[in-house]
Amino acid sequence: MKNKGLSKVDLIFEKVNPKEVLTKAFKMSGDEIIQQVLASGLKGRGGAGFPTGLKWKYTAAEKSSEKYVVCNADEGEPGTFKDREILDRVSYKVYGGMAIAARAIGAKQGIVYLRGEYKFLLPQLLKELESFHKIINEIGYDFKIRYCMGSGAYICGEESALFESIQGDRGEPRNKPPYPTTSGVFYKPTSINNVETLVTVMMIIKHGAEAFTQLGTKDSRGSKVFSVSGDTPTPGIFELELGMTVLQFVNEFGDGDTKAVQVGGASGFCVPRKKFSDTIIGFEGVPTGGSMKLFNSSRSMYNVLHNYLDFFAEESCGQCTPCRVGCQQLLKGVEKVKKGEAKSTYLNELVKLADTMKVASKCGLGQSVGNAFRTIVENFKEEIIY
Amino acid sequence: MINLNINDHFVSVPEGTTVLAAAQKLKISIPTLCNHPDLCVAGNCRVCVVEQRGARTLIASCATPVSEGMDIHTNTLKVRNARKHIVELLLTEHRSDCTKCYKNTKCELQALANEFAFGDTIFLDLVEDHPYTIDRSSPSFIKDDSKCIHCQRCVRTCAELQYISAIAVANKGAHQKISSFHDRPMSHVVCTNCGQCVNRCPTGALVEKTYIDNVWDAIYDPEKHVVVQTAPAVRVALGEDLGYDPGERVTGKMVTALKQLGFDSVLDTDFTADLTIMEEGTELLTRLKKVLVDGDKKTKIPMFTSCSPGWIKFIEHKYPEYLPNLSTCKSPQQMFGALAKTYFAKSKKLDPSKIVSVSVMPCTAKKFEADRPEMRASGYKDIDFVLTTRELAVMIKQAGIDFRVLRPSTYDSVMGDSTGAGVIFGATGGVMEAALRTAYEIVTGREVPFSNLNITPVRGLDGVKEATIKIEGCTDEWKFLEGAELKVAIAHGLINANKIMKRLKQGKAPYHFIEIMACPGGCIGGGGQPIPTSSEIRENRMMAIYSEDEHMVLRKSHENPDVIALYKDFLGKPNSHQAHELLHTHYVERESY
Repeated sequence: MKNKGLSKVDLIFEKVNPKEVLTKAFKMSGDEIIQQVLASGLKGRGGAGFPTGLKWKYTAAEKSSEKYVVCNADEGEPGTFKDREILDRVSYKVYGGMAIAARAIGAKQGIVYLRGEYKFLLPQLLKELESFHKIINEIGYDFKIRYCMGSGAYICGEESALFESIQGDRGEPRNKPPYPTTSGVFYKPTSINNVETLVTVMMIIKHGAEAFTQLGTKDSRGSKVFSVSGDTPTPGIFELELGMTVLQFVNEFGDGDTKAVQVGGASGFCVPRKKFSDTIIGFEGVPTGGSMKLFNSSRSMYNVLHNYLDFFAEESCGQCTPCRVGCQQLLKGVEKVKKGEAKSTYLNELVKLADTMKVASKCGLGQSVGNAFRTIVENFKEEIIY
Repeated sequence: MINLNINDHFVSVPEGTTVLAAAQKLKISIPTLCNHPDLCVAGNCRVCVVEQRGARTLIASCATPVSEGMDIHTNTLKVRNARKHIVELLLTEHRSDCTKCYKNTKCELQALANEFAFGDTIFLDLVEDHPYTIDRSSPSFIKDDSKCIHCQRCVRTCAELQYISAIAVANKGAHQKISSFHDRPMSHVVCTNCGQCVNRCPTGALVEKTYIDNVWDAIYDPEKHVVVQTAPAVRVALGEDLGYDPGERVTGKMVTALKQLGFDSVLDTDFTADLTIMEEGTELLTRLKKVLVDGDKKTKIPMFTSCSPGWIKFIEHKYPEYLPNLSTCKSPQQMFGALAKTYFAKSKKLDPSKIVSVSVMPCTAKKFEADRPEMRASGYKDIDFVLTTRELAVMIKQAGIDFRVLRPSTYDSVMGDSTGAGVIFGATGGVMEAALRTAYEIVTGREVPFSNLNITPVRGLDGVKEATIKIEGCTDEWKFLEGAELKVAIAHGLINANKIMKRLKQGKAPYHFIEIMACPGGCIGGGGQPIPTSSEIRENRMMAIYSEDEHMVLRKSHENPDVIALYKDFLGKPNSHQAHELLHTHYVERESY
């Protein structure tokens, strides 16, 4: 299989002059911006990977005098900590990306929904926001950003639950359709983008879509910031070009004894050693919002799975049946198998349940519980049973 | 119009129609649970999932609008597997003591289990994994968390129909539950006991508190004389629990059944509904005189009706500053109770301490009302036990009575006579109509100027109704009202009551008299009425009420011969001292948050 190999990139944290980039952006029409972003092939960096340009195109097409740009900074996926770093180091680029999005879709208001645990960043972020508002004023564009704090619920990272939370309601996902592009926060057309996506847009405008398409693969354009943790001598934040295999990643970050990598956090996929070489990190293989957790042979994959299921049983909003009850059944079920109180074949029934959760849950949370469950159970069955 | 295929059948429906509704048009049945015709779409139980070809996941048919060219399949293997799993999952968190449950055979989860999840389940029981409460603190209903399946119908009912939110969702994930403010018992939160949640709960998690056994004990106690009264709305709904379609009038059969059950006197709340009109109508006219002629600042208008105990508790919690606007009249149930152990006892030469007074009500809040400390005017508890329409149906079944073959009979005498005006109390606008029929005649000496006495502007299921009646040709005593325009308003469902109250606070409600019923449709849609409920069912019951009225010989409260005799022999005249002692009450301010 051909791939790009592993190469480090410095786009996200690259210092730019925001006024310069924004001035360039505002010389373009909204439609021109959208065309640029579409041409770049950028897909959302939060994990789901919806094409950003398309999202903006749909939102722009809505006829409404009130539209919103929302920045999803509720970084809650276990093992992800890149948005925190981005906000800490280059928040002005996040704001810039929001302004460009606003220009593209015709919005005058932006909201950053910040993870509750990141409250300590707020004073600094607000100071930088003030400077940003000055720049925007100087350019003469009517756009204001405000902050809204999360309170620690994982589900509020789900876009529609996030809107509910901003509105002061219980953070529960909505039925879709309508999608946020039609009815988002305050039921107005909304473009909701991840922190990193917005920064990437800033860089696409600066360098041009073509430069961006030079990086990555056909399905996964550009570079991405990874949060590397677990059994690694070099944990931290790394910006890498998309398109590498898990093996190449492990060769760079592993401790020589890596038996599995959990790509995409608790809602992502577990890649075992035997599949390292033919699994590409990206939308053609295993997608990730950035979380890369390495496990070496000292780790019990039962404990890993148990930890994830415990997390989901706690963090499901509890609204829909498959997710609320399914998570508890999976958790209790693996415990029974481990204790020898249920036969090992019970795991097959649980995998079927995970499949139901994938197709019948209301939102992405319940739909993705099965990812980790299936990949861990299938690849590390002995560790679950014995 | 949107064109789509469901199970390879073509259907064309208006934009915005749900897949579920489109399927119903094709007579394709899709099971549902959290869905309810009175409530907003939730899409959270997932029982109604179907397959949309080309879609990544299954879709909830109740929550998904149709789109052009959809190819829907409702019975594929994928759908069946998911549906079975979902019902089984719900059963693992539901304490299935079905054979002992009050909702046995009437439980929607049980019906689904019967279809999709019979036999052994592979899943593990979760009921004991979480601490649960069975809250019996309310005199009206029991909230049993161990039977809750989190469909949130009750939550939506309380918020959307009643604007109370006494119950709401708390916690998340495995700990998610339907809770009250600070997890307090239901008797200690802002709850009106209206029972609308009980009407919509698919399982036994919310049921009325039953007093069936207490009533049987009284009936079989040879020392006791058991008096029963039946509210207007019961007679047009009871049939639904006994095999009739909604809207069937079963008044005569019900009376026979009550006699067969062993009640010693079978009497009619309609009688005290007529009495209420005499008292409340007089109160209204007196208030108008005090305000308009005497310039009395302490007397308040608009005057509110006071027959709905859910509404009373609502205003006591939420708008206590308007308590002086409430009519001081007790509800017909409580007027009846006060008279049963005084006037009735005297007439029948009975020892009031030996009388057990039972009422059959379309209402759960009446159970609370009967327990209010103010309701002991007779020197005893005026009403001993309140049964809902549903409980009466249970008793009739317990007694093995074949309801369909019963011959109709009539109510017993004293306090058994009624008029059409008393009957229409059961529908929204009915109290207003009855009051106008009498008040207009008192003031002008003539009948209300509406064809066949039907005051149609105050009828119907609109949430808030308004009407203006010009008073002309007053008798000398009421000359001050000559030419006046009496402005009235009617609301049903507390969310509509709240709309009127908000307008009133803003000074935008120039009414003299306002009728408010806590439940949608009025008492016909009460929390004690047969389940299920929907606007169509309520409409049928309402039509039956008006038909009952039209079939009555007497249609005006002041013509009720029992009422006339009561004033002559016992009370003197409306709003007399004796009437005040027995038939009027006061209200208390309650906490709000």
